[in-house]
Amino acid sequence: MGNQVSLFVTCMVDQLFPKVGMAMATVLERLGYRVDFPEEQTCCGQPAYNSGYRQEARIVARHFLKTFEASETIVVPSGSCTAMVTHHFAELFQKEPETLARVHALEKKTYEFATFLTDVAGAEDVGARMRDVVTFHDGCHALRELGIRSAPRRLLAHVEGLELREMLPAEECCGFGGTFSVKFAELSGAMVRTKIDAIIQTGANTVVSLDPSCLMQIQGGLSRAGSSVRTMHLAEVLASR
Amino acid sequence: MSVEFDRKIHTTLADANLQLAVYTATGRLKEKRIEAVSDAWLPDYQELRTQAHATKKHAIENLDYYLEEFERNVEARGGKVVYCKDATEVSDFVLALAKARGSQLIVKSKSMTTEEIDLNERLEHHGLESVETDLGEYILQLAHQKPYHIVAPALHMTRYDVAEIFTRELHVPNETVPEKQTLIAREVLRQKFLHADIGISGANFLVADSGAVTIIENEGNARLTTSAPKIHIAVAGIEKVIPRAQDLAVFLKLLARSATGQLLSVYASFLSGPKRPGEVDGPEEFYVVLLDNGRTKLLPDRSKRESLYCIRCGACLNICPVYRKIGGHSFPWVYSGPIGAIITPQFMGVSHEPGLPFASSLCGACGEVCPVKIDIPKVLLELRSDVKKSEAREGQNRLEKWAFRVFAWVMTHPKIYELAGRMAGGMAPSGDGKWIRSVPAPMNVGPLKAWLSERDLPPSPSKSFREMWRNR
Repeated sequence: MGNQVSLFVTCMVDQLFPKVGMAMATVLERLGYRVDFPEEQTCCGQPAYNSGYRQEARIVARHFLKTFEASETIVVPSGSCTAMVTHHFAELFQKEPETLARVHALEKKTYEFATFLTDVAGAEDVGARMRDVVTFHDGCHALRELGIRSAPRRLLAHVEGLELREMLPAEECCGFGGTFSVKFAELSGAMVRTKIDAIIQTGANTVVSLDPSCLMQIQGGLSRAGSSVRTMHLAEVLASR
Repeated sequence: MSVEFDRKIHTTLADANLQLAVYTATGRLKEKRIEAVSDAWLPDYQELRTQAHATKKHAIENLDYYLEEFERNVEARGGKVVYCKDATEVSDFVLALAKARGSQLIVKSKSMTTEEIDLNERLEHHGLESVETDLGEYILQLAHQKPYHIVAPALHMTRYDVAEIFTRELHVPNETVPEKQTLIAREVLRQKFLHADIGISGANFLVADSGAVTIIENEGNARLTTSAPKIHIAVAGIEKVIPRAQDLAVFLKLLARSATGQLLSVYASFLSGPKRPGEVDGPEEFYVVLLDNGRTKLLPDRSKRESLYCIRCGACLNICPVYRKIGGHSFPWVYSGPIGAIITPQFMGVSHEPGLPFASSLCGACGEVCPVKIDIPKVLLELRSDVKKSEAREGQNRLEKWAFRVFAWVMTHPKIYELAGRMAGGMAPSGDGKWIRSVPAPMNVGPLKAWLSERDLPPSPSKSFREMWRNR
């Protein structure tokens, strides 16, 4: 495999958290990768898929396929959007064998950011420094669909000056769930408050995760509760020096 | 989502005592399960799950074969099998039998299937007395409530709630010690067992090769229900059939662990046929009622019929962050939690409560703990798609449909997407880099309003990623 990687930054990072994307590029470049950003990219289609609109999701997925087909490797700062590509695109194209074959080829070269670092780049120590006490939130799709548990923790363990304190439980949902967060706002709010209680109990200053959407939900809840605890994407932590 | 569903969720979330009771009780069950399936106690847990899934898959895909085998073996041992397509057929059968034998009093052991068809209410409507003998179910029957949880029906009640119900319904002095409450119930129930004409049970498994009904319990009431009265009727969904007695080696290891964190339940009864000549215990008549009630509707769909693999352990309820907040009674039918969210729309139709498959963050914890590996999140996603198709047919929810059409169009036109992003960013308050607590009234509508009702909103960055990337 060469050292060219394409970023799929996700629509959420593009529109709301651009620094996460920049941090991801920084880390990858420090490891010697040449990074490109296919300009045609938009969204993976997950909002439509999870809302039951499969036809609309299929249209967006087709666009994604076209945009990234030429890329050698695709790196994504989100477990959820990665899982959409690697675990759900195939479901959308069950009746189109040719597209399905292209989807399977795409699945093999699409990586969530932390797993790309540990499994492909073979890097656990990326030379990051950050003096802070942090806790790690497992995004549900990263954890349960992609099976990512140790990669981000190994990466955090090598950040100089950083102390990781596990929250209990780290793997319970933050309550975001895409459109669930607004369709069932009160319930989603109750869920994030439980998450926040677990975070605050650790005494950490910062919550780290692989998913911008979880971080938006958690930071939104922390901010509403008047807490000074902040959220950071793993890429931002690893880019710190 | 119906107003009713929304209201029940709101009421449950607003009840601090109930929140604590449900969160604590499910948390305890959840922790006990985790320990019971840990490497230390069950090193081959994942292999057992795979095996259980394979056995259920095979049984459901050959349901006709195994039901007939089960029937032959029950009848060879002197029992009778009765096929019922719905609730009415079950109650008609029981009523006719009760009339023919002059029966008045029925004792019941715990059974979600009989809850599903409101059997007690139907029998009582015709003047029979039908008494629940599982402690939790008995409490609920006195309180005129439906089960809150598949395994722990009175999970939402504290001992003080129970004391109040006993005092009101049984006219006994206020008693808040659980052991003493149990003795009060036992006193009443023993008399019922002694005088009952018919015992009605559920079934955890129907074993085809031996014609046996398997019942798993902790209190011993099911054993009394099925052996003390002269007539035993087991009511079971057709999906409960498994091919061989030896399959129980897998299922019994998984069921108690997943349900309550016990390595094995206190009692496991294997009942086949009425008592034989010379036997002291057991009923004189033995019936197995096999209920469809919508189950066969699930069979044609390869992934959705996985819902029929369920062994009703309740593990998905205890782990579910939604169930733990909204509780069992918010759900539109007796089956609650993640499994309820996938079987209710399939048994009752998706428009019964169209909001139900959407009341999930799709966190996947349910699928992870399911001992028979039902891919619950996958089925939820398929049901969401079914709801949208049904809405499109009925011309409902047009605005949302239109919004997702626009979404798909924007997301396939990168320049429009960028422009739309810039416009939205321009309208959004920047918050000077701080998170935003409120927006001007005209903007405070729809999803934005819903978001802000619970959480702050991220400030809009001055540049999108693609703009930053171009400028670097």
